[in-house]
Amino acid sequence: MSASVIEPTSSRRAARQEDGNRPALKVEGLWKIFGPKADKILGTPDAQLSRKELQSKTGCLAAVKDVSFEVARGEVFVVMGLSGSGKSTLVRLLTRLIEPSAGTVTIDGEDVTQASKTKLRTLRRNHMAMVFQQFGLLPHRKVIDNVAYGLEVRGEGKAARLARAQEMVDLVGLSGYERSFPDQLSGGMQQRVGLARALAVDPEVLLFDEPFSALDPLIRRDMQNEVCRLHEEVGKTMIFITHDLQEALKLGDRILIMRDGEIVQIGTPAEVVANPADDYVRDFVSEVPRSHVLTLRYVVRPPRPGEELDGPVMQADRIVRDAAQQVLRSSQPVRVFDGEDFLGVVDDDDILRVVVAEEAP
Amino acid sequence: MSTVTSARERKAGPAVKPPASSTEARSASVLSTLRRQWRRTLLVAVVLLWVVLWAVLHGTQTLEIGGADKTDVHLWLNSVRDAFDSARTNSAFFEYVVQPITDGVNGLVTFLQSLFSQGTATRPVPQVGWLGVVALLAWLTFTFAGIRSMILVAVCVLLFGFFGYWQQSIDTLIVTFVTVVLCAVVGLPLGIWMARSKRASSVLTPVLDLMQTLPSFAYLAPLALVFGIGPAAAIVTTIIYSLPPLVRITEHGIRNVSPTTLEAVTSMGGTAWQTLVKVQLPMARRTIVVGINQCTMAALSMATIAALINGPGLGQPVLQSLQSLDVGGAFVSGLAIVLMAVMLDRTTTAASERSVVAARFQKRSRSGLMPGPKRRVTIVTIGAVLAGVAVYLSHSYLALAQFPASPDLGSPLASAVSNATQWVVNTFAGFTGWLKDTVTAALVDPLQSLLAQAPWWVMVIVLLGVALALGGLRAAAVTVVCEAVILGTGLWNESMKTLATTLVATLLVIVAAMALGVWMGRSKIVDSAIRPILDALQTIPSFVYLVPALALFGPTRFTAIIAAFCYGVPIATKLVADGIRGVSPVTVEASESMGTTSWQMISKVQLPMSRSAVVLAANQGLLYVLSMVVVGGLVGGGGLGYLVVAGFSQSQLFGKGLAAGIAITALGVMLDRITKYTAARLGRD
Ligand SMILES: Nc1ncnc2c1ncn2[C@@H]1O[C@H](COP(=O)(O)OP(=O)(O)OP(=O)(O)O)[C@@H](O)[C@H]1O
Ligand SMILES: [Mg+2]
Repeated sequence: MSASVIEPTSSRRAARQEDGNRPALKVEGLWKIFGPKADKILGTPDAQLSRKELQSKTGCLAAVKDVSFEVARGEVFVVMGLSGSGKSTLVRLLTRLIEPSAGTVTIDGEDVTQASKTKLRTLRRNHMAMVFQQFGLLPHRKVIDNVAYGLEVRGEGKAARLARAQEMVDLVGLSGYERSFPDQLSGGMQQRVGLARALAVDPEVLLFDEPFSALDPLIRRDMQNEVCRLHEEVGKTMIFITHDLQEALKLGDRILIMRDGEIVQIGTPAEVVANPADDYVRDFVSEVPRSHVLTLRYVVRPPRPGEELDGPVMQADRIVRDAAQQVLRSSQPVRVFDGEDFLGVVDDDDILRVVVAEEAP
Repeated sequence: MSTVTSARERKAGPAVKPPASSTEARSASVLSTLRRQWRRTLLVAVVLLWVVLWAVLHGTQTLEIGGADKTDVHLWLNSVRDAFDSARTNSAFFEYVVQPITDGVNGLVTFLQSLFSQGTATRPVPQVGWLGVVALLAWLTFTFAGIRSMILVAVCVLLFGFFGYWQQSIDTLIVTFVTVVLCAVVGLPLGIWMARSKRASSVLTPVLDLMQTLPSFAYLAPLALVFGIGPAAAIVTTIIYSLPPLVRITEHGIRNVSPTTLEAVTSMGGTAWQTLVKVQLPMARRTIVVGINQCTMAALSMATIAALINGPGLGQPVLQSLQSLDVGGAFVSGLAIVLMAVMLDRTTTAASERSVVAARFQKRSRSGLMPGPKRRVTIVTIGAVLAGVAVYLSHSYLALAQFPASPDLGSPLASAVSNATQWVVNTFAGFTGWLKDTVTAALVDPLQSLLAQAPWWVMVIVLLGVALALGGLRAAAVTVVCEAVILGTGLWNESMKTLATTLVATLLVIVAAMALGVWMGRSKIVDSAIRPILDALQTIPSFVYLVPALALFGPTRFTAIIAAFCYGVPIATKLVADGIRGVSPVTVEASESMGTTSWQMISKVQLPMSRSAVVLAANQGLLYVLSMVVVGGLVGGGGLGYLVVAGFSQSQLFGKGLAAGIAITALGVMLDRITKYTAARLGRD
């Protein structure tokens, strides 16, 4: 609920952070209120009302309320929440497809909220790209021309942009379909086109608004793997919107959970599952197989007196499921280290408690 | 008790304080019932008052004036005309604004005529003779619409020639073509602008509404006044009539481009211009072509009517035949117009379908204008060469320049039709006469008497009351203004006569449209059988409807009613059918599961739920009928239409004709607004 939860360094892939500490994206005090006279509400006590109260009192709807967070370079940052919680609005505020009511968004050191029209256009052309739930492809253009569109509007020569587009088409696995029209492709393939189109402009930040919700589960899993693979290959910063917790846990380095426009919790998948900030989040994560998410950090305990401390050594960010076999095989408790620091031990009981607990909730 | 009261009260209006006792509650509920029923109460009261006052006062204060009588207004309008005529030579506005437009358009039309249809002083035949024209048209259609359209066009154009209307047909094509090009030049940017700017849309929409409500007959005279009699005025009239559908459809097409796609494009940093050219226009392409098709059909329809102000083309022979009651001649020239309509409709539709396919092919093979397989390109090239040769030959040889006089299909067809009509009329005289007399005696005469024989002030109140009861305050306000205008024209009595005819025809239209529409709405098979017929009827220009009506019923008021009926039924029927079809299938299923009979289903579920569609059908029916009733002035329809026609032919009646045009407009706006507001109200609650 508070910004203090933000710990970019605790991210699994924090090592990727390249140039110093400057985050790829920084959001401070972002607000969006829809409705007539929305500007007049900010700064008054009304702004603190809950969404429902505000709506019945003023007819305005606070879609995003005072949201702040930072995303590190190369991080996959997932925003999740129920329908209507303001996710799409938030991601559109980042590129100013919707004008914010207050707050700042900084991408790559550029303040998006203050940018002039031309500046904003340059930012959109070069620094960020978005993938949409409903694809948003141009039906009258072939796949290759769809992918090249972003390059075309920023004025790149035909040969160069077609070559680049072809590269992207190959990258997302659509080779051979360059000359098809979108309506000749399946949903999954269309979204691959959307993905290629976004990647083609080589943006700093990739934004995804529920890109796979319109796809059926098998294809969705395919596409998730595809995003993982692409992230390994191109290492872009990604902001990923979803309402599917599995997806969030699978892709996210960190997860932001929203409710009624407000941040409820920000943390790594393990943090969120281990220490839900409130009942809303607890509800969300109750179905999650904890052993797939929790790391040893969350099961470790201080050694009991008399316990032998010469078992195998493991790092604290090992996922429980991955560590289980080894722990169970070892006759002594496993010693858990965070880097050089000794955190404690984990034995068979501790592991089983996690695994069994989720089967009999 | 208190909760019940407050619940009921909230319905009546939150401003009322909660009643203290139960008696007050009861009186409040009576009041609220009355308030809910006030429309019906008012309507009944107005009708009662009307009948009573009519019974007592009929024949007095009717403001009737004789056929040749002129009021001051009419004389003043005559003098306005004279002022215009003299201003034409010595006013800056005319010299620098109107005259260039007039000369430009006239010059363009004359130039095209000298190319394709008429000889000039120096050359008795057009530059390109009939063979060249046929070849050119065939090649163009083949290129843009395909082989089937090409055959259709070639056959139709040759038929025009064999009917004896070669020159008029090509003139009609020229006028239609020039109009559509001008409409596209003006209309496409307008439509785009309206799609992109809410303000532009809210300013221009009422203007387009007005342009579409105005009966075309009404603005012929004023435009002729400004642009002079001839092609320029005819083309401006035609533009006014055919521009709105193009603008609207363009706006609609651009507005309906998927918002997700637009958002995606914006997120990539496209400029407004890039978005328009690369995304919106290509995606709206199909819709825009439909707009062009509508525009073309409207242009053809109006171009024939513009014969009244000497617009060139097929309207001329129809008009002459109608005026001399020559059914055979009217039939042949009318048939030519119908063929032309079919030809243009089919061709533009085929071209639009082709354009979608072409857009896909074009990218694949960069072959310039002509997409598709190589073979096609070859054929088109060969076709171009052949057309060029034909043009050259027809330019050089008289026989290929002047359409051959034989075989003459026109005269035999005309006399055959005349004989057939004669036979039909003689054989069925009993039936047609009976029909005519019955409807006239049972509907037209009583209603006309009620409307036109009542004192004018009674009718003013009655119309106002009806407008208030049906359409609410705004409708009443419009009605007051329109009544004032009609009174101002000095043609109150004539207007009431026209209103009576219009109402009778509309009533018939609504009855037929409800019966047919319900039938179509309830059965897919019926719908697919009848809809193509209605579509075809709708493409026929209004003028042509007069021909069969005249043939069967001779020149009377009833003829105009029948023509108006036939003209109004297709559109109204389609609207009713769509309304019935639009009733949620879940609701229909639910009522079916409760054991509803078909009749109950129609009367209790489908009609009530689609009542706003029915009123909309009435609205469109009314406007169509009104425009036709007025044109009916040509065939003995009387009323305002006759005055308009007389105004064109007799110089001293010009002012009166112009006043009649204004009265028609006021009548049209009044009827339109009343029905529109009624439909809106019914749609709301
Ligand atoms: N243009 C708008 N005008 C008014 N209210 C809006 C507008 N756009 C969104 N809202 C409201 O803002 C709230 C948040 O909407 P948003 O689309 O951001 O939710 P979401 O989390 O993306 O939901 P979903 O998962 O259904 O996509 C919703 O209550 C929505 O009704
Ligand atoms: Mg959303």
